[in-house]
Amino acid sequence: MHDGELDLVFKALAHVGRRRILVSLYEKPGQSLFEICAAPYGQDRKPLSRQTISQHLDALERAGLIEVTWQGRTKMHSINEEPLRSAIEILSSNFKWRS
Amino acid sequence: MKIHVTSVFVDNQAQAHDFYTNKLGFVVKNDIPMGEHRWLTVVSSEQPDGTELLLEPSEHPAVPPYKSALVADGIPVTSFQVDNLDAEHERLSRLGVAFTQRSMDAGPVRMAVLDDTCGNLIQLVEMKDGSR
Repeated sequence: MHDGELDLVFKALAHVGRRRILVSLYEKPGQSLFEICAAPYGQDRKPLSRQTISQHLDALERAGLIEVTWQGRTKMHSINEEPLRSAIEILSSNFKWRS
Repeated sequence: MKIHVTSVFVDNQAQAHDFYTNKLGFVVKNDIPMGEHRWLTVVSSEQPDGTELLLEPSEHPAVPPYKSALVADGIPVTSFQVDNLDAEHERLSRLGVAFTQRSMDAGPVRMAVLDDTCGNLIQLVEMKDGSR
């Protein structure tokens, strides 16, 4: 994984909305945009606009953190764990925690 | 003024007739030949005098891109209410109906989304407080 790819991953992680989407896709792979938009209503959280979520998904997809499949003609989103794990491991490998 | 009829654009009226009656369980209210198409409406058997659902041909050139954009994003075109969402999900799955979204919590309702095989996604909702 080169620096450009790492930058994309950490940029994608630098927003609470995108981190929540990732956790949600980890817990329940294969969600449509509609389902991702609807999730906050069941969790008593402030919903985000469809446009905002779309932009978050684009950023996550660019960073390779999302895998897209098609169920019929509906676009489904799942988490791609590999770049997330690599990025965290690469970052951690620089440090030996002193405390 | 009242809402007498509402509509969904269907790719094929014969297929829609089959799906909305044999799978969903609605009953035909009007089936009137109109040129190459039909004025085809269904109603809920629980409300035979209720709002009719018109199964309307997708013929206008604006309709296919509208429908496919909604389907791509998983957005249902309309919503029907059920008393027991899990039971409906199981019944319809046994009949071969495909769901793009399993039952999920969405505030005052639980909902799921199914594919009507005629180019639309349909939402099913169950009110959590049991209201009908």
